[in-house]
Order: sequence, then C-alpha cells, then structure tokens
Amino acid sequence: MTKISQTVGVGLFAFIALLGAAFAQDSLFKAHMWVLFTVLLIFSVALIRRVSFAPVSTVSAEQRSSEYFDEVIRYGLIATVFWGVVGFLVGVVIALQLAFPHLNIEPWFNFGRMRPLHTSAVIFAFGGNALIMTSFYVVQRTSRVRLFGGDLAWFVFWGYQLFIVMAATGYLLGITQGREYAEPEWYVDIWLTVVWVAYLLVFLGTIMTRKETHIYVANWFYLSFIVTIAMLHLVNNAAVPVSFLGSKSYSTFSGVQDALTQWWYGHNAVGFFLTAGFLGMMYYFVPKQANRPVYSYRLSIIHFWALIFLYIWAGPHHLHYTALPDWAQTLGMVFSIMLWMPSWGGMINGLMTLSGAWDKIRTDPIIRMMVMAIAFYGMSTFEGPMMSIKTVNSLSHYTDWTIGHVHSGALGWVGMITFGAVYYLAPKLWGRERLYSLRLVNWHFWLATLGIVVYAAVMWVAGIQQGLMWREYDDQGFLVYSFAESVRAMFPYYVLRAVGGGMYLLGGLIMAYNVTMTILGHQRDEAPIGGAVPQLQPAE
Amino acid sequence: METYTMMRQFADSWGLLGFTLFFVGAIFFALRPGSKKMADEAASIPLKED
Repeated sequence: MTKISQTVGVGLFAFIALLGAAFAQDSLFKAHMWVLFTVLLIFSVALIRRVSFAPVSTVSAEQRSSEYFDEVIRYGLIATVFWGVVGFLVGVVIALQLAFPHLNIEPWFNFGRMRPLHTSAVIFAFGGNALIMTSFYVVQRTSRVRLFGGDLAWFVFWGYQLFIVMAATGYLLGITQGREYAEPEWYVDIWLTVVWVAYLLVFLGTIMTRKETHIYVANWFYLSFIVTIAMLHLVNNAAVPVSFLGSKSYSTFSGVQDALTQWWYGHNAVGFFLTAGFLGMMYYFVPKQANRPVYSYRLSIIHFWALIFLYIWAGPHHLHYTALPDWAQTLGMVFSIMLWMPSWGGMINGLMTLSGAWDKIRTDPIIRMMVMAIAFYGMSTFEGPMMSIKTVNSLSHYTDWTIGHVHSGALGWVGMITFGAVYYLAPKLWGRERLYSLRLVNWHFWLATLGIVVYAAVMWVAGIQQGLMWREYDDQGFLVYSFAESVRAMFPYYVLRAVGGGMYLLGGLIMAYNVTMTILGHQRDEAPIGGAVPQLQPAE
Repeated sequence: METYTMMRQFADSWGLLGFTLFFVGAIFFALRPGSKKMADEAASIPLKED
C-alpha cells in the first residue's frame, strides 16, 4: 500500500516537472525541467515494477522492526564509491584542461562548468553520501536501536541522489548562482532543504529513541554537521528568483555582506561538512577497526566544543585584503589560529587510540589508511591556520598553494578516512567473512598516498612561484612579469598535478573493484599481509 | 538605535560573555571530578557489539 502511494507521489512529481518544462520562462529552466522529468519518469517506472499486491505479512514487519535498517546503508556505500570515482575522474579531466586548454569542449564541458561539477561531486556526492550512510550506520549501533522513521531514510537517500543529479546537470547546462560550493540555483536549494530536514528527523529521531544512556561522541559530531549545514545552507542561499518558472535568482545580500555571507558559508562547509562529519566517522571507525576505545573520551568532548565555538568565526580569512573591514579580517585570522589547538587535540586523540596496538599499522592496511587520514588532518589543520596569517596570505592568496592545501585536506583526510570506513563496512554490510583482497587495499593506500604527496608538493612549488612572480618589481617600480607569463610558467606543475590526481583516481578504481568483488562474495586467494612475528630462536 | 550598532554592541558584550561562559562551562563539565567513569563507559559503547 505505501509502495503504491510512493509510486504515485513520484509520478505526480514527474508531472509537475513536465509542467515546469512546458511553462518555463527561460530555455535553461526548460532544459533542466526536462532532465528532472526524465529522471523521475525512469524512477517511477522502476517503482511500478516493484509494486507487490501480496498481503502485508505482519510477522516479517515485526521482525524487521527489531533489526537494524541496513539496506539503505548498502545503497549508500555503493553510491559513495560510485560518486567518488566520478568525482576523481572529473578532477583529473579539469586538471588536464588547465594544462592543455584544447581539452575545453564548449559549451558544456569547459573548465568553468566542469570545476563546480568536480567540487560538488567530491564534496557533496562522494563526501555527502559517505556521511549519510556512515551516520545511519553509527547512530544505529551506538544507540542500539533501529533507524527512526521507516522509509524516510529511503527518501533521504534517493532525494539526495536527485539533488546531486540536478546540481550536476545544472552546472553543465550553465545554471549557477556563482557562489562557491553553493552553485545550485534556488529550486535545487529548496529541494535540498526538504531532504535535509528529513535527514535531521531520521537522525535525531534515532537518537531520541535510543536504548543507550549516553549519546556517543561520534553522534555529537554528526548532529552538529547536520544542524550547521542546515543553517549555513538556508542563510547563504537566501535569494529571490526572477520567476518561479525560471532558473535565475538574485542574492538578498549585496556587496561585502554578500561576500562575507558566502565565506561564512564556505569555510563552515569545510568546518562542519568536511571536518565535523568526518570526525564523527573517525571517532567510531578507528576504535572499531583497532578494537580499542578512543584514547581519551573527555578530550573528544573538549575537541567537539572547541571546534564548534571556534570554527564558525574563521570564514573571514578568505577575504584578507578585500573590502571587508580590517577588524573582521583580523578576527577571522585569530580564530583560525586558535583552531589549531582543537584540531591537533583531535588528531592526537585519534592517533593515540592506537597506543599499544601500533603493530596494526604494519599488519592492517585499513588501519594504515585511517592513520594516514588522521596524519593528513593534522598536516592540513596546521597549514590552514598558517595560511590564514595575513602576511603569509599575501603570498599564498589566489595562488595554487590554496588548491594544494584544500586537496591535502580533501584527498588526505576526507578521502582516506572514508576509504577506511568503506573497507570496514563492505564485508560487514553484506555479511562477508572478509574483504575480497587486503593486498588491493594496500595498493590503494600507496597509490592514494603518493598521489596526494605529488599533488600537494607540486602545488606548493607552483603556488609560491606564482605568488613571488606576481609581486616581483624591478628597480624602477614596474612589475617584472605579466600575468600571462605566470600562467605559462605553471605548465609543468599542471601536468604533474594531473599525474598525482591520476594516481589517486587509479586507487579509487581499485577500491571500486575490491568492493564490487566483496559484494559479489568472492575472496582473492592471496598471501596474508606481512608482519609475521619473527620466530623465537631457542637459546643455545 | 541603528540595528547594526545595537547587534554589534550586544555581540561585543553579553553575547561574548555568554559564549565564553558556556565554553568554559563545557570544558569544566567534561573534566569535572567523577566524570572519568562515565567517560570510560561512553567510550566503550562502540565496542559492545559486532
């Protein structure tokens, strides 16, 4: 019965999209509504095929309500791996576009449209799916209760995929708000709001119905991520559409207020999406994989509150030396530097969880991946505060150093901790004894790590060279280099960056293969990972 | 009074004080005597099953 009403609901939604296409005020909106209609039509056909007219069996329903709700998490894991590979691939493509401009295929596949496709694919599609699926997994296990809201979790999953598809196709069509990491236009933003409220309900409802006295710290981090992202999304996307059947809208803020709102959003997206959420992952999966409790639970609570109180003020460091008032710039800088403390407190907490089990780094590639993630968390949260210092920023701002910094955080921290969680979850969720291959995890680990090192090191050199070229004056007070000369000088670095990204992509493909084979139930016949304890020799 | 000035004054005084007190309170609460046992219990939650 509910299946039927869901199917009818999606069908109605598809019809509304068709009406949107019919009465569209501009051609872009029309094209986008056709995309929406097609996607929803396919989805409703798929749903119709699943409708069953058999009477509902109460026994199985009762039985089900006592188990964890893992089916949606299985879908989430597959979506995470899929979008990860897509996002990395687009990243390699745009890296090559920068090195070889002929690869810009106009109008749909030029750099300007592909770049938000890459950032959204890795942050929101890969990272977002990873966060949603792990939060559903963790909150059930640590609350000892089934996910709240029944099919609402399915709505969150499919609604979020629809958001991704609408955002991605919108970028390629040329629909954008021009706000970094918040490019989708008003109607896609409204849809994400609906999905996000459902997500909050599922997560909060599960916590409220928990059978465990304490709310485990990972859930605090996940909850802060969900709540803060809701707040950021609503404020930053406050806009007035030109027409309710058109794709264009205008921000309600203007001038420097608009810029500050955008970077308050932008930096807290880093702080609460890419940091707090993934810290939730760290606080559950590192103890699980290492099979020992977190080093200091009380430190994790202080880590949480310090992060919450400090991160929210750091945004203005994106606007150093702009029209933003000096006091606001200094405020952003000071809070960014203070952030160093909770970040390193968290890093130490994560790493020290392994104290007494350090040998696992040698014998368990999944632990190795998680440790590398935490190490990159430490490195990028050291680099970030340093770059937010105004004098350093005057050299680094607008250069590729920033891009390198973002990637050491995104590829190193976010990517690696997610891979660790994926490798932990895949055998668990499908009831397999172990992963298809631990040796392939090892390959993934080294390809990803070397890829990041190549990427970050090349971008340091490129960025500092750019910064120095831009500020080089001759003895007459003229600039020595034109901007185009600094662009030309970047060519070898851009090629090398694509190589680093390519290695990371290859690692992602290996993960996709490994996870697929695990799901299909295969086990690779392979020698166990080294670290065999040396034979004790009897004394002679 | 202008809205901006009013909000700015509030942020610089009571707002700042309130945030600071909450933050210091949270740290004190985490480190209060006797919290160790509860913290250890909570830390063991993920390891209790599967």
